[in-house]
Amino acid sequence: MTNKTEPETNRSAWSGPSRLRSAQGAVTALVLFGCALITIVTTFLILGVLGGETISFFRVSKIGLIEFFSGTEIDFKSARPRFGLPPLIWGTFVIAVGASLVALPIGLLSAIFLSEYAPERLRRVLKPTLELLAGIPTIVYGYLALTVITPWLQSVLAPLGIRVEQFNAFSGCVVVGIMIVPLVSSLSEDVLSAAPRSLREAGYALGATKFEVATRIVLPASFSGVAASFILAISRAIGETMAVVLAAGSLAQIKLNPFTSIETMTAYIVAVTNGEASYGSPEYLSLFAVGITLFFMTLCLNMLSGAVIRRYREATP
Amino acid sequence: MIPKPTVGGDAETTPRTQAQSSPTGDVASSKTSPAGDPAESIAPPRSTDAVLETHNLSVYYTNLLALREITIAIPRNRITALIGPSGCGKSTLLRCFNRMNDLIPGARSEGHLWFEGVDIAASSTDPVTLRRRIGMVFQRPNPFPKTIYQNVAWGARINGYQGDMDELVERSLRRAALWDEVKGKLRKSGLELSGGQQQRLCIARTLAVEPEVILMDEPCSALDPVSTARVEDLMDDLKDEYTIVIVTHNMQQARRVSDMTACLMPDEASADGHRTGVLAEFSPTDRLFTNPKDPRTEAYITGRIG
Repeated sequence: MTNKTEPETNRSAWSGPSRLRSAQGAVTALVLFGCALITIVTTFLILGVLGGETISFFRVSKIGLIEFFSGTEIDFKSARPRFGLPPLIWGTFVIAVGASLVALPIGLLSAIFLSEYAPERLRRVLKPTLELLAGIPTIVYGYLALTVITPWLQSVLAPLGIRVEQFNAFSGCVVVGIMIVPLVSSLSEDVLSAAPRSLREAGYALGATKFEVATRIVLPASFSGVAASFILAISRAIGETMAVVLAAGSLAQIKLNPFTSIETMTAYIVAVTNGEASYGSPEYLSLFAVGITLFFMTLCLNMLSGAVIRRYREATP
Repeated sequence: MIPKPTVGGDAETTPRTQAQSSPTGDVASSKTSPAGDPAESIAPPRSTDAVLETHNLSVYYTNLLALREITIAIPRNRITALIGPSGCGKSTLLRCFNRMNDLIPGARSEGHLWFEGVDIAASSTDPVTLRRRIGMVFQRPNPFPKTIYQNVAWGARINGYQGDMDELVERSLRRAALWDEVKGKLRKSGLELSGGQQQRLCIARTLAVEPEVILMDEPCSALDPVSTARVEDLMDDLKDEYTIVIVTHNMQQARRVSDMTACLMPDEASADGHRTGVLAEFSPTDRLFTNPKDPRTEAYITGRIG
């Protein structure tokens, strides 16, 4: 029997079903479920606090929903408190749009360069370097705006008769834009590189140039991922706080001039928490009303990105 | 047009290495080569019915020799099949003809390669123009994630087609025997078609840029027998207007569709298992299959190798 080449099965070498192994499975599932539960419960608790305090805000301050959504003044000093969200939404909107104007083109073009044009060796150095931008603390971006960009803007624009305030929306847009470039470039580069090689070859075989393959095959085929990176970057810009407070200040006003100060929703929250608003006062409670608005804005953007990914995933092979 | 000794070294992706300075160049030139000095300039052969010709073409991936000294002339308006066991360099040879190997870092070649008397590998030859004239159909159907219409129109559009696009799309789809199946859903995604339809869409897309040669890299290997038969019928229709070169694993297919067959064989494998392809035999198809001259060809077609 021993010189036969055919392997024999040896049933006695195997232990029977182990009770320990099945217990392991049950415990693992329980621990994992617990971790998932913690995040969900935390989210709902935060939402509950925000919602409850927002209701007390409307009750205590006697501010109606119409004034809340259309008023342009914020004043808690006078006998009858006044609060309107639009100046804060305007500030947030300006930063989001301005930062996108900086970040989306730079981020997308660097992603295309990295995935389609850069030699492998250069790509391996450049990509982590770009991602380093994301590692710089946001407060550093803030004082760079305050100490470098704004003075430079002032010296350049003063001869043209344009007055640049010390805190201005323009500097805020520039630094927040630079801050979110790596989000766009890194995520977009990942999806562009993941476009199938067979699609590129199909393009080249039809006599397409590198540029045509990059912009008219690879980019459309990766559209969902690129769009998702855009939305993620924009919601990051909306939620950004410290850089905006230092660069753009906190003066709630609606002005088209980008060289004047604005106040974003996040900057408002910082300003109120630093101020002398007493616990339970309308000013204190307004924090929660602003917070819940911010929450819904980012939630909508996240849901939008999810929808975009699902919508276009089906179109790619 | 002065033929250059190196092939496939496109500045954009691969470093250009001259034959003389290449560390592996002596591998090829140490063999008894009729060309002698590989750098010696050879005039393009004047055989009138050959569209594509190679002379002592060797291809390297980095330092591995994939193909050794292939000399072959592809006749006009015929179907030429490239057969041989896996890893013998059939696809590599095919991809030399439209410089697709440029896209692979480290790929380079030596020897000579002409398309209608023009040196394919010369740095003055624009691969973009070349690929428009020499179309390619791939092993797996690879339609763009665009509509059926856009799939066909895309290549023509980037190449500056000025005529009636609707007419071109219809003509190409008809030529690829796909029109009747898709005429009602041109705005649907090309990815919704079946595998066989997708492959015919890829053929229609290739025809739309009006090439002179169509290279097919195992076009039926991912298809079922019915779709395979349709593509084979289609090839037969197309050969009046086009020169077709097809790589196939399927000897029956080569026998059914081709006029000429080239049998490539791996040279003796080196110690690390790397294989180098050589051309065992190039003959009219019926002769190659009934009366092979080369013992390796005979062993392969009778099923003793591969």
